[in-house]
This record gives sequence, C-alpha cells and structure tokens, in this order.
Amino acid sequence: MTTGDGVEVLPIVADEDVVRVRQLVRSVAVAAKLSLIDQTKLVTAASELARNTLVYGGGGRAEVSTVSNGRRTGIRVHFADDGPGIADLDLAMTDGYTSGSGLGLGLSGARRLVDEFEIDTAAGAGTRITLTKWSR
Amino acid sequence: MDRIPILTLGDILLVSIQVDLEDQLALRLQEDLSDRIVATGAHGVVIDISALDIVDSFIGRMLSTIASISRVLDAETVVVGMRPAVAITLVELGLSLKGVRTALTVEHGLRLLRGARAAELIGLPDDDEPAEPAPAGEPAAAS
Repeated sequence: MTTGDGVEVLPIVADEDVVRVRQLVRSVAVAAKLSLIDQTKLVTAASELARNTLVYGGGGRAEVSTVSNGRRTGIRVHFADDGPGIADLDLAMTDGYTSGSGLGLGLSGARRLVDEFEIDTAAGAGTRITLTKWSR
Repeated sequence: MDRIPILTLGDILLVSIQVDLEDQLALRLQEDLSDRIVATGAHGVVIDISALDIVDSFIGRMLSTIASISRVLDAETVVVGMRPAVAITLVELGLSLKGVRTALTVEHGLRLLRGARAAELIGLPDDDEPAEPAPAGEPAAAS
C-alpha cells in the first residue's frame, strides 16, 4: 500500500469548507478515473463527514490522497477533529440515531457509500475517520 | 451571502439550484420560499436540482422540509431533474425523500402540479402516485 502524489489538506472551520472538501474530493476522484457513480458516492460520504467534523467535532481537517494497492487506484479521505469524540460508537453508527438535529444517517450512510471505513474515537479524544473508495 | 433566485410562473414558483449548495444557503432558500409562497399565494413549487452533483442528508432534509412547509401553506412541491448517480447514492445513503414528489424534468413537474391543482379544484381525490416515473426508481444494480 503506497501513498501516491502526496496528500492535500483542507481545514474544516466554516460552512464553505464543507463545499471545498466536496470539490477537492471530486477533482481527485475524477483524476483517479473513478466511475461517475463511485465519484458521487465518495463525494456524498465526504460531505456527510466534513459536516460532522464541523458541527460535532467543532472543526478539524480533511486530508485527501490517491492510494494504490498494486492493482487498483483508490481515493482515501481522512477526517480528524479534536472535539468531544463519540462515547458510544455502536449507537452512533445506528441508522436514524442522532445526537443533534440531523437525520442520523451521516455515519452509517457514509459507511455504506465507501469500500473501507475506519473510525477511531473515544469520549474526550476527538474523532478520526478514514474512507477509501477503490476504482473498479 | 448569495441567494438562490425564485422565479414566478403564474401560480407556481420555480427554483433552479445552480450553485454548490452551502448549508446556510439551503436554510435561507427554505425561508425565502416560505415567504414567497405566502406573498404570492402560489400553489406549487418546482425545485430543479439537475445542476446538483450530490444530494447529501442535509440537502435531502432541506427538500423534505420545503415540501412539508409548502404543503402547510397550501402549495405542492415537486423536485425535478435529479441525476441518476445522485438517485442511486441517495437511496444507498438511506434517504427516501418521504413526502417529496419528483419528476424527471421541469416540464413534467409543471404538468404534475397543474394536474394536481385541477383535480383538487373539481374535488377529485388527489392522485398521489403520478404517472411520472420517479428517478429514485432507477435500478440500483449499478453500484
């Protein structure tokens, strides 16, 4: 597993940063020749998590990179914040569960839209989430 | 901040979202539309999302909320122009856009609203399942 051309980092501190994350992920996904549907799924998942980083994490950053496993190219998007973290991850990953005013589809929905989804969080320890979508 | 323009076509309001939608802009559209429905007495709202390359849960919720608010204000909402990739993603995300009528094009949407209004005026039961195929009905096999 190698990381390609480098990692692009975007801060997520305001509403418009969520849009910037979407645009960056889209352009990297287009460059990696993901299909239109896979681009759309990845950008949608990234949009959910960028908003979570802003609203629940109190802001943070996104890192976008192209990766390869030798056979296929993929896009990896990493989100990190130093917010309150998630105390009960199983509950937070449940469809329809929300601690805020959302629909409760952000985490569980985003996981369904990508190939790999890793989350590292604990109460008081911030949240780090990594998404990967592979080309077909 | 910018606003999304709302056009008036007879007793129908037409909104075409042509920008990458920030959350605040979406919330402002919700308020502007409610005001305009009351100010104009409009009976229908058509929201064209053909330029949107994603609809995430926030935007999806905005569309549902607009449909609910306008219904309370005696106006029917139709969301038109959803791209197939957006429809597939929306369903996989888990959003059903409950209570939101959809049509493939602005023209279909306008026809749907005029038909619904005419039926209402002559006292026919509202036909809740329009003949228009909803874009969300695309086969989900292409993942």
